[in-house]
Amino acid sequence: MTGWMMRRLGMTAVASLAFVAALLVAPMMSAQGLDPATLLKPPTDSWPSYAGDYTQRRYSTLKQINQGNIKNLALQWIDTLPVTAAQANGPDAPPTIIGGVAEKTVPVAPPHVGGVILEVNGILYVSAPDNAWAVDARDGTVLWHYFWKTRGGTHIGNRGMAMYKDWLYFETPDDYLVSLDAKTGKERWHKEISDFNQEYFSTPAPIVVGDHLLVGTGDDLDSPGFLQSFDPVTGDLQWKYYTVPMQKGDPGLDSWKSLDAARHGGAQVWIPGSYDPETHLYIFPTGNPTPAYTNSTRGPGDNLYTCSIIALNVDTGKMAWYYQTSPHDTHDWDSTQAPVLVDGAFKGKPRKMVLQAARNGYFFVVDRVTGEHLLTSKFSNAANWAKGIDETGRPVRDPAKDMSPAGTLISPDNGGATNWPPPSYSPDTGLFYLPSREVYAMYYQTETDERRVAGLGGKEEDPVGNLGGAITAIDYKTGKIAWQYRFPSGGAGISGLLTTAGGLLFGSDSAGNFVAYDPAKGMPIWHARIGGVSNAPETYLLDGRQYVLVAAGTSLVAFALNP
Amino acid sequence: MRDHGSIVSRALCVLLLGGLGLRGVAYGQQAPPKAAPARPPSYPVRAEGDPAKIERGKQTFSANCSFCHGSDARGGETGPNLVRSQIVLDDKNGELIGEIIKNGLPGRGMPPISIDAEGIENVVAFLHSLQNVQRGMSTAAPIDILVGDAGAGETYFKANCVKCHSATGDFAGIGGKYPPKTLQNLVVSGGGGQRGGGTASHVPPTMAVVTLASGEKVEGRLARRDAFFVSVITADGSRRTFPLEGTKTKVEVKNPLQAHLDMLPKWTDSDIHNVTRYLSTLK
Repeated sequence: MTGWMMRRLGMTAVASLAFVAALLVAPMMSAQGLDPATLLKPPTDSWPSYAGDYTQRRYSTLKQINQGNIKNLALQWIDTLPVTAAQANGPDAPPTIIGGVAEKTVPVAPPHVGGVILEVNGILYVSAPDNAWAVDARDGTVLWHYFWKTRGGTHIGNRGMAMYKDWLYFETPDDYLVSLDAKTGKERWHKEISDFNQEYFSTPAPIVVGDHLLVGTGDDLDSPGFLQSFDPVTGDLQWKYYTVPMQKGDPGLDSWKSLDAARHGGAQVWIPGSYDPETHLYIFPTGNPTPAYTNSTRGPGDNLYTCSIIALNVDTGKMAWYYQTSPHDTHDWDSTQAPVLVDGAFKGKPRKMVLQAARNGYFFVVDRVTGEHLLTSKFSNAANWAKGIDETGRPVRDPAKDMSPAGTLISPDNGGATNWPPPSYSPDTGLFYLPSREVYAMYYQTETDERRVAGLGGKEEDPVGNLGGAITAIDYKTGKIAWQYRFPSGGAGISGLLTTAGGLLFGSDSAGNFVAYDPAKGMPIWHARIGGVSNAPETYLLDGRQYVLVAAGTSLVAFALNP
Repeated sequence: MRDHGSIVSRALCVLLLGGLGLRGVAYGQQAPPKAAPARPPSYPVRAEGDPAKIERGKQTFSANCSFCHGSDARGGETGPNLVRSQIVLDDKNGELIGEIIKNGLPGRGMPPISIDAEGIENVVAFLHSLQNVQRGMSTAAPIDILVGDAGAGETYFKANCVKCHSATGDFAGIGGKYPPKTLQNLVVSGGGGQRGGGTASHVPPTMAVVTLASGEKVEGRLARRDAFFVSVITADGSRRTFPLEGTKTKVEVKNPLQAHLDMLPKWTDSDIHNVTRYLSTLK
């Protein structure tokens, strides 16, 4: 037991002896390693990766908390994380470990928890831009705080950490992959993963698959997207896969005006993918083409492999198939929404599928072994940018609904019909649930010399109407909306979702409530107004009790049934 | 859980003061920057170069490089746009650009260019002085958005808008009150103070009538509503909050901008442009 822990507990010698004795029979107090094989199982007593398991269904088989007893779901603890060393001062302070390559931290917005919180052996591992914490899952006590002195970069969010054995991994906005010792928070190493000068910034949660650590990054300037695989032990690069053509002869090159256009074409990999252990395919979505709103420099083609779902063999880094959900996007509607792996019947045949509701307002079902398109449907009534669906299920862009100098009324707005906040799929209902929103904006072209435009430049977007947010449930077999719960508040912001075998769908309602819905009908059946829910909820079993954990800003809020 | 709900709310009010608990989900990797207190830029800004050096570099570039890369370095017939070139972005002080000028890029068809050291330095200064139009930047030349047909706009206005608005009443002189883009955004939004949409002070607030099981009706400005509670501010300024769950309480919301919301799926862009042009003539 460290000195600070003693001080924190304010112990007398006798009491501390008793505590040490208790510690011996409570081995869960110390961090223990995570066997990568755990990642292959549905999550029960842990939440060990971005979506709990590789499918990204965000479905838990736990049913201790269920429709019958949820009225007794009660607050267990709240903890507000220290975000500066100053806040962590004093006798109760956990150790703060400082890292980073900058001499002086560049001032940035205060961090918030907007990604997964890992739960492994009774310890929570939490992250936010430039920050990581270990927290006792039983009472919210902060065990250590790691702070990365940033050199800058876009600080929009951090989607969480990955764990491999005794080690943690997270990405920083200024483009480093950092590995920490889970027990102490001490840094093992950091590796630069993308070029800061080219304005890359890194938000994704890395994903561990076997002995691969899969790491994406992001960029809003005209740079190529890529996914990298690192050795989780040494941090050495195993392979690097570019999502746009980078050399003469690369597949997809004829979908661009030139090789130079392709090499500036975007397709960033800023959301974790899913993994199918049977086929060894890592299935991940890609971002928008760049420049995002002007397209004459890109040529008239599809601009591969932007706005696509890509399946890579995780051992070789080679593409097995792709499916593009927004050919030649002109609205910055990346397709970086969770690809959800579902096994089930489709048109009477058993199928292994990937389901995605995309930012552009359309829902897709694709065979995940072959990449064969199975179904497209439109889940946003407001979406007005496409003329229809082509023979391969792809929405056909209507150029009249691109931005224009005199202004074009377009839905969705830049936020999209949905976005990165994770959806969920319940095998009990056969429904796919997503946070959705219907917002209109006037889009103006502000620079008519398109050669001058880079990244997201050359446009002005003015919101002009908000029809509100909803939770939308889609029957994947038909693509039809089974139900839609429109938030009475009219607000359109929402975090991610979770379903459980207890007949529960957890999410927020854009009015500050954390809500449990009936997944069959969409009615709220329990709520707690905890403020702005900022990540997707998760659940795990600890000491035989099922917890539901969610974040609001830098506060963690844990619920369970009172004994 | 209702009891605990209020405890949680109170507890969080204490713990999350400072707006932490109210922080919304940041949408998208590319959420537009809000009008927030000024922060330093996320990425380092290059120091401004010596204007004389830049000018000489422009001339050297024009003579030696523009044939392939275009006179403004934004790409020509064979050479790429250098302003967004990853090499130019990575280059600090000519160490990358200089090597390529001297040695060319044989694999990509660029020959070595014979420029002396000082000339290279000037070209580097010129390339680093160029800026792309990125997010948040505006072009020098304003674009005229009044492209619609005023006559068609007047016809549309008389058919669709006069139930609430009048060219000689609330809209008298409206063409002189707002810049064209703001006016056009207001045509669609009706106001509401959204970013770039302008704040139309004449828009009355959203009202709600709450009918309790007893038959009592309470009317007021809608302050807040979710599935569980509704709050209204009554005429005397007091706030009244009513539970909704498990009650027969009914809420009727009167949004003065409902007609504008209903119009959203129906507009054509030419109708928007025409109405804007017409309203711009009301001066």
